[in-house]
Amino acid sequence: MLRSLIAAFCLFCLPVSAAEEQVVLGLSQDRVAITATFDGSEILIFGAIKRETPIPSGPPVEVIVAVAGPSEPVTVRRKDRKLGIWVNTDSVLVDLAPSFYAVATSGPLNEILSDTDDLRYRVSIERAIRSVGAAMHIRGAQDFADAVVRIREEEKLYSIREDTVAVDEQTLFRTSIDMPADLTEGDYVARIFLTRGGEVVSHYETTIDVRKVGLERFLYNMSRQQPVWYGLMSLVIAIAAGWGASTAFRLLREK
Amino acid sequence: MYIYLPIAEVSVNAFLLLGLGGMVGVLSGMFGVGGGFLMTPLLFFIGIPPAVAVATEANQIVASSFSGVLAHFRRKTVDLRMGTVLLIGGLIGAALGVVVFNYLKSLGQVDLLVKLCYVVFLGVIGSLMFVESLRALRKAKMGGAAPAKRRQRGWIHALPFKMRFRTSGLYISVIPPVLVGLFVGILSAIMGVGGGFIMVPAMIYLLGMPTKVVVGTSLFQIIFVTAFTTMLHATTNYTVDVVLAVLLLVGGVIGAQIGTVIGARMPAEQLRVLLAALVLAVCGKLALDLLLEPAELYSLGTGGGH
Repeated sequence: MLRSLIAAFCLFCLPVSAAEEQVVLGLSQDRVAITATFDGSEILIFGAIKRETPIPSGPPVEVIVAVAGPSEPVTVRRKDRKLGIWVNTDSVLVDLAPSFYAVATSGPLNEILSDTDDLRYRVSIERAIRSVGAAMHIRGAQDFADAVVRIREEEKLYSIREDTVAVDEQTLFRTSIDMPADLTEGDYVARIFLTRGGEVVSHYETTIDVRKVGLERFLYNMSRQQPVWYGLMSLVIAIAAGWGASTAFRLLREK
Repeated sequence: MYIYLPIAEVSVNAFLLLGLGGMVGVLSGMFGVGGGFLMTPLLFFIGIPPAVAVATEANQIVASSFSGVLAHFRRKTVDLRMGTVLLIGGLIGAALGVVVFNYLKSLGQVDLLVKLCYVVFLGVIGSLMFVESLRALRKAKMGGAAPAKRRQRGWIHALPFKMRFRTSGLYISVIPPVLVGLFVGILSAIMGVGGGFIMVPAMIYLLGMPTKVVVGTSLFQIIFVTAFTTMLHATTNYTVDVVLAVLLLVGGVIGAQIGTVIGARMPAEQLRVLLAALVLAVCGKLALDLLLEPAELYSLGTGGGH
């Protein structure tokens, strides 16, 4: 709470010049529907930089787009060899890690974003994960946070793609974010940062609604809210399907 | 065609699932086994979370055993009394199994438990079947099979709480069948299997039931125990994926019909060697996963976990 208050205060203290350049944003879709045949989605993010004044001189404007899925605590477990087999031994609770995180930039991230602003806005993948509660008694607690990034990068859930935001005439920008099939649902936050010389001069935030719909929605809700009925329904459906199929086959063979 | 499984929350090729169901169905038709003990590990291999695989497989077994038990009822080859006694043990066992399952899940050890159980059981059963069928093959070649010897069942007759099972023609204590049921119930909850591969030999050799009622009676018990297991998993873990179950089932029923035809044309002894080899192969793959250093030492779990 205190942390967010401080963060909010910092935002207020930003120099007035932050408002000189503003983002006007468009999304190809502001909702992603997870249907039965969902196999990933691509979201086009495009926009323009609105100015009341001429383009400032100095370093050119750079654009960073970060899309984050809902954050939740993650238990990271490490395997160790015990009695000849590999079993989970140590575990660390990472307080908050986004279920999905994709960053697209118009240039190398460490050049267009200063460390201070990365810390303030939590832009890079390492900063987006929070593990203050990582138990210090476990050797190499940082390894566990790194493992979250590595595993999710492998599953295409985390990605950082530099030089994939096209910026035209310091005014128009566009990029696309790939979302894999194995998405968790929730409110995804898309943040767009404009930077000059490594400092964030303006940022904009919007949400993308990722939801299971139709049958997926119905089954998922039912399994959580009415597990008894869901279980009974599963049994009835399965029995009907199995019995129906074998009866159909028997009739076919008797003909 | 990819399909998003609502509970497993993974996207899988629907034809892969139909194919897997069909393949295991062919095997279950050929060998007359339930196939749960093959399907669950195969689901691990294609990336279904073990907790979902176990719970969903229990659901599928209910359905695939249902038409089987109907046929046995028609032929009057179900010992209802014995089935009920086995069932009582089975329900207690399933409840115990789910408690153990959920406890280990909270510790993050459930995958290990499930896989270890599979390695041990597939290893033991596979080796026994392999040795037995090789011996049968050799005997078949030499000609003239020796009559199987019945085991001494003296100690079972000494136990109290005797009960008469008319259909099976037995007068024995209820303790052994309850224990057999209990054991199978635990396996059903932890491994997502029907347990026929344990129960059928136990009924023949341990309880001394006549072979013709064994299959029907075990199916009767399996249906209720796996249904109970499904309900327990659905209400405590929310891990029953009905879409997955139906896809596997449709493939399975079709495969089983094909398997029955193939099975009728091939010599029984060679079939059993094949099945034994297959069981050992799956066991070996699971064992290697546990023994070799994994490429990724870390794994992620959701939530607090404490």
